[in-house]
Amino acid sequence: MKALMFGWEFPPHILGGLGTASYGLIKGMSRHNDIDITLVLPKPWGDEDQSFLKIIAANKVPIVWQEPDSKVLNDSLEGRITTDEYYNFRNCICEDNRYIGTNGIGAVEFSGRYPDNLLEEIRNYEAVAGVVCRSNNFDIIHSHDWLTYNAGVKAKQITGKPLVIHVHATDFDRSRGNVNPTVYNIEKYGMDMADHIITVSNMTRDTVINKYHIDPRKVTTVHNAVTPLSQEILDIKPNNNTGDKIVTFLGRITMQKGPEFFVQAARQVLKRTPNVRFVMAGGGDKMAEMVDLASAYGIVDRFHFTGFLKGKEVYEMLKSSDLYIMPSVSEPFGISPLEAMQCGVPTIVSKQSGCAEILSKVIKVDFWDIDAMADAIHSIVTNDAFAEYLKVEGKKEVDEIKWEYAGDKVINVYNQVLGYK
Amino acid sequence: MKSICLYFQIHQPFRLKRYRFFNIGADHHYFDDANNEAIIKRIAKNSYIPANNAMLQMIKESNGEFKVAYSISGLALEQLEHYCPEVIDSFKKLAKTGCVEFLAETYAHSFASLRKENKEFEKQVEAHSKKIESLFGQKPTVFRNSELLFCDDIVDRVANMGFAGMLAEGAPQILDWKSPNYVYCSTANQRVKLLLKNCGMSDDIAYRFSDWGWREFPLTADKFANWIMNNPDEQVVNLFMNYEVLGEIQNANTGIFDFFKALPNAAKNRGIRFATPSEVINNNMPTGQISVPHPTTWANATKDLSPWLANTIQNEAFNKLYALTDKVNRCSDKQIIDDWYKLQSTDHLYYMSTSFYNQSFCPYDSPYDAFINYMNVLSDFNKRVDSFFTADISEEELNSLVKEKLALEAELAALKSGKKVSKTETKSETTKKATKETKKVVEEKKVAKETEAKKKTKKTNSK
Repeated sequence: MKALMFGWEFPPHILGGLGTASYGLIKGMSRHNDIDITLVLPKPWGDEDQSFLKIIAANKVPIVWQEPDSKVLNDSLEGRITTDEYYNFRNCICEDNRYIGTNGIGAVEFSGRYPDNLLEEIRNYEAVAGVVCRSNNFDIIHSHDWLTYNAGVKAKQITGKPLVIHVHATDFDRSRGNVNPTVYNIEKYGMDMADHIITVSNMTRDTVINKYHIDPRKVTTVHNAVTPLSQEILDIKPNNNTGDKIVTFLGRITMQKGPEFFVQAARQVLKRTPNVRFVMAGGGDKMAEMVDLASAYGIVDRFHFTGFLKGKEVYEMLKSSDLYIMPSVSEPFGISPLEAMQCGVPTIVSKQSGCAEILSKVIKVDFWDIDAMADAIHSIVTNDAFAEYLKVEGKKEVDEIKWEYAGDKVINVYNQVLGYK
Repeated sequence: MKSICLYFQIHQPFRLKRYRFFNIGADHHYFDDANNEAIIKRIAKNSYIPANNAMLQMIKESNGEFKVAYSISGLALEQLEHYCPEVIDSFKKLAKTGCVEFLAETYAHSFASLRKENKEFEKQVEAHSKKIESLFGQKPTVFRNSELLFCDDIVDRVANMGFAGMLAEGAPQILDWKSPNYVYCSTANQRVKLLLKNCGMSDDIAYRFSDWGWREFPLTADKFANWIMNNPDEQVVNLFMNYEVLGEIQNANTGIFDFFKALPNAAKNRGIRFATPSEVINNNMPTGQISVPHPTTWANATKDLSPWLANTIQNEAFNKLYALTDKVNRCSDKQIIDDWYKLQSTDHLYYMSTSFYNQSFCPYDSPYDAFINYMNVLSDFNKRVDSFFTADISEEELNSLVKEKLALEAELAALKSGKKVSKTETKSETTKKATKETKKVVEEKKVAKETEAKKKTKKTNSK
């Protein structure tokens, strides 16, 4: 079975959880020999792991007929695709895309990020999809997240193959309810046109059904998973010289992640419990506000900000923590608690996050229930046996949450859509 | 002649209210009174009252041939006295018929029997027996442990308290090929006779009675009596279950009350009689011995302690609780003793179970919630107990003094029994005692020196 996937980011160059999730899922699916996956990315860097899939660079696919000389062509392609592939793609141009600004080889320059002209990039990506889908015979089309829905729909309309879209988040999660109509429109269009929709949690599934008015029968939940930690990360030593217990918030400091509830809970705990420090790791538009809040509460001597952490720093922070908290107001899934559990850190998650649906060895609280959160923090930092229990059992639990199982479920969805069973 | 030994358990815990860590030291009331009241009143209305009426009617109609036994935990009695005194009255009426036996158990419905290092277990059993005697005018002679907990270590303690018999679960791991329908005794202490629950037939009534998918549905009294009659050469069928089976677990409109009402006649027609546990024990000799090295309980699937004491947090809570025993026992405050009992009921541990999680019974969202709440309450309780003692003595000193006291007591007891055996031994004991006393003097001196030193440091500080 040949699957054509549209994605936006892919490790090692990732901006958010989408890249990690796409990678894990495709790797999990590639365990099956009869699955052949081709992934279109706006701007791959060339250092992606291509051992289990084929990556097509959208910024090298011609969408306007050009006849560059071979030297220019070779330089422009940078080895991302071969010249044969280039000519093959060029033969598949069936539409007039000249209204789109292209370069010397007739391809579009993508930023591969989330720039201000995102809508334009989405449109250009759609044009690329029109070329790619004609270049080979695919059995099924799979779009990851709303940026690629239009591309998926385009491919479906041209080839007539079934479309599966993968909802990693909706605009209701990102905006705490103040939905951007344009984004909603794209999401709704994609969902309406899709033959089947995969959501990362039942919570997201409910949003898709209730807010986007989609028939429940065509929405299936496939929970995300985690990739096992590499030896390099396992070898990182905890680094805590303060002698205090460290309670960590790690993620973008934005409205969606509920940082203010963390600060408020910290204040409650610090009133009564000595020997605890709180760390807010990450950057975001709410950071200044949080610094103000912590100062207003007079807890800055025990409340620390680290700024944005990257790569190994994230795991160093996790490993040095005695407790990890994700108080997200709305989290479609949330892989980071699973990573904390992999590092053997007791974890508190909000009931409003999708991962709470599959985790049982964590403490779950409502994001707004500061009393409950403070109580749980107090209990874990003062009771070693409890912390140890969550640490050991949590690790055991998360080690059983594997992408292979998620991959199997996605393949089941494929078979169902294709009418194989 | 075959008999049916029918026994019902009644227990309701004092459920805790939501108790946050910032309540510690500020709020000393731990219990969710509204919820506890609502639950006991509901169960009394659906189960206890109609069931007691039915039992009374059955005893009258059978001219006293129908017999039944109850074990009511002290905590349940307290709640009934407080919220539904009419239930207590109807139990008193039942007690007057002479066909009803009340069994002994731990006052707090606790696992105190698992703690060998102190006398908490004996204390609770005594408190419960007293309560039963004062309410119903009977002194219990047969013992029944919380959750039918049983193992060899406990038998001795039960025997020493003067009980002739004890109830236990007919767990497959201890019975093996044996039948539960005989009287047994334990290999550890043959003075105590054992009645083992017939799990299959008890559960037929308790859980499968209204199960439409069950092969034997519907269960009638005649069918049930036939099963007993057709069992070859067996002495007694022990049917042990929660009293809530009548009217709560099995709703009244399943016909559970009619089943029980029809049972005396159905049994009589087949020559089967009813007997209380003490009658069974007095009329039968043990058929064999059984050995139970590991604790068994009446837990549904596993028949062991796993719903209460399996994971780390349950054990942590259990150990932290019983670490307070000695301290609490030296408090005279009634409120503290009351709370001490209420905190011991096994239900609190059950709510922390991660593998047998049952939302419908549990007042918490998750086992961790239960643990956090319970530990908060426990640390406030600990503080209250501590406040009863002078602040100068540290916990370690206190513990060492307590140990010393216990050791001396044990020695005294040994001395008393030793005198009867031989004189030479007593001599050595007395010398030992003498050395102990000198040690004590030395320690006292040490303490005196330390306090002096403390005073000195205080003085220097103030200067």
